[in-house]
Amino acid sequence: MKKLDRKQMAARVARDIPDGAYVNLGIGLPTLVADFMPKDREIVLHSENGVLGIGPKPPAGQEDEDMINAGKEPVTLLAGASFFHHADSFGMIRGRHLDYCVLGAFQVSAQGDIANWHTGAADAIPAVGGAMDLAAGAKNVLVMMEHLTKDGKSKVVERCSYPLTGARCVTRIYTDLAVIDVKADGLHLVEIVAEGLSFDELQRLNGVALKYRAAA
Amino acid sequence: MINKFFPTPEEALADVPDGATVMIGGFGNAGMPAQLIDCLIAQGAKDLTVVNNNAGNADAGLAALIGAGRVRKILCSFPRQADSWHFDRLYRAGKIELELVPQGTLAERIRAAGAGIGAFYTPTAFGTRLAEGKETRRIGDCDYVLEYPIHADYALIKADRADRWGNLTYRMTARNFGPIMAAAAKCTVAQVRETVELGQLDPEVVVTPGIFVKRVVKLASLRKVA
Repeated sequence: MKKLDRKQMAARVARDIPDGAYVNLGIGLPTLVADFMPKDREIVLHSENGVLGIGPKPPAGQEDEDMINAGKEPVTLLAGASFFHHADSFGMIRGRHLDYCVLGAFQVSAQGDIANWHTGAADAIPAVGGAMDLAAGAKNVLVMMEHLTKDGKSKVVERCSYPLTGARCVTRIYTDLAVIDVKADGLHLVEIVAEGLSFDELQRLNGVALKYRAAA
Repeated sequence: MINKFFPTPEEALADVPDGATVMIGGFGNAGMPAQLIDCLIAQGAKDLTVVNNNAGNADAGLAALIGAGRVRKILCSFPRQADSWHFDRLYRAGKIELELVPQGTLAERIRAAGAGIGAFYTPTAFGTRLAEGKETRRIGDCDYVLEYPIHADYALIKADRADRWGNLTYRMTARNFGPIMAAAAKCTVAQVRETVELGQLDPEVVVTPGIFVKRVVKLASLRKVA
């Protein structure tokens, strides 16, 4: 079996973002999706620190401390960009104006619960940022993560053991093994993306039951 | 005559008492009023409650204020960062209280304070640990958590340009929490890059009207990303 690498995962997510969409990319792995957006689509990237229309990284030496993304990395603007304050920015999120957000996760449950902010360890310093607002507010909450933990356990689970970021909010899961939809009646396999991975083997690794109906 | 210009940050912050609640603008270093914070450190007020998105980076600005042991409690959404060592040390030693607030809830609680709202219901954090013990309510087909405003005695913010009435403009993503903190505090102090004559700011581009601002100090921006 050959799993997708991080760039291939980002490209797979980007392929599903339609022309005209307003999208927020979480920090870390989801930020990579920006580099793979199809060039023939106009997709507007939202950053919760108050900007719509984020462009690529600036060339070295042209960074500006006042122009950063949610990961506090320097970015540029596209033509058509706009600035707004933090309450307006989260009004956009909670007010269901964002078509998609892409979040990383520790775990996603079969009901679409997501855990991505706290490991639950007693001495951990908790930090939540905008993740709970995005989980509660985006029309489509996409999760992008490696399918298995380092010790081979599925991160797609029956019930999250880590503290939740949001309940019943995830609509689709993209991993290095598969694309899975979360629906009212459970998990539906959309596509196996790892080369040489059979449905039975994916089902074994995933733990939680997957429904699969081949396209007619 | 209205003149909100203060000649020095020392004069603008001279009356901050011990125990004050102080909002500090900025998202990371963008919009952080670094010189005002340095001045607050020198001024000596202690037992402060600070409201900011983060809990300081490296050794300057808010991190230095925290490191100096002057902050009793912080309300923020994202304290843990690679370079938040001053906060991390005090938190683990039980020497600073943390109220962790989801970022949009933090922004809306600040906005609500400035707008005279008594409380509001938000869908954010419903069903999570951060909603434990809070009043909830189902409205229509959605579950909400009741949240209260955050008021402050002072707001320290960074803007770009100001006139003597306290009208402010901002620069790019340095705007972030500035406008809502300005409205939520009894005394808002803005450090700005440039001051201009009354009438020089196009009313169409004023982001924070002067009614929300008490004091303005012109300070050169020291920190630039290389």
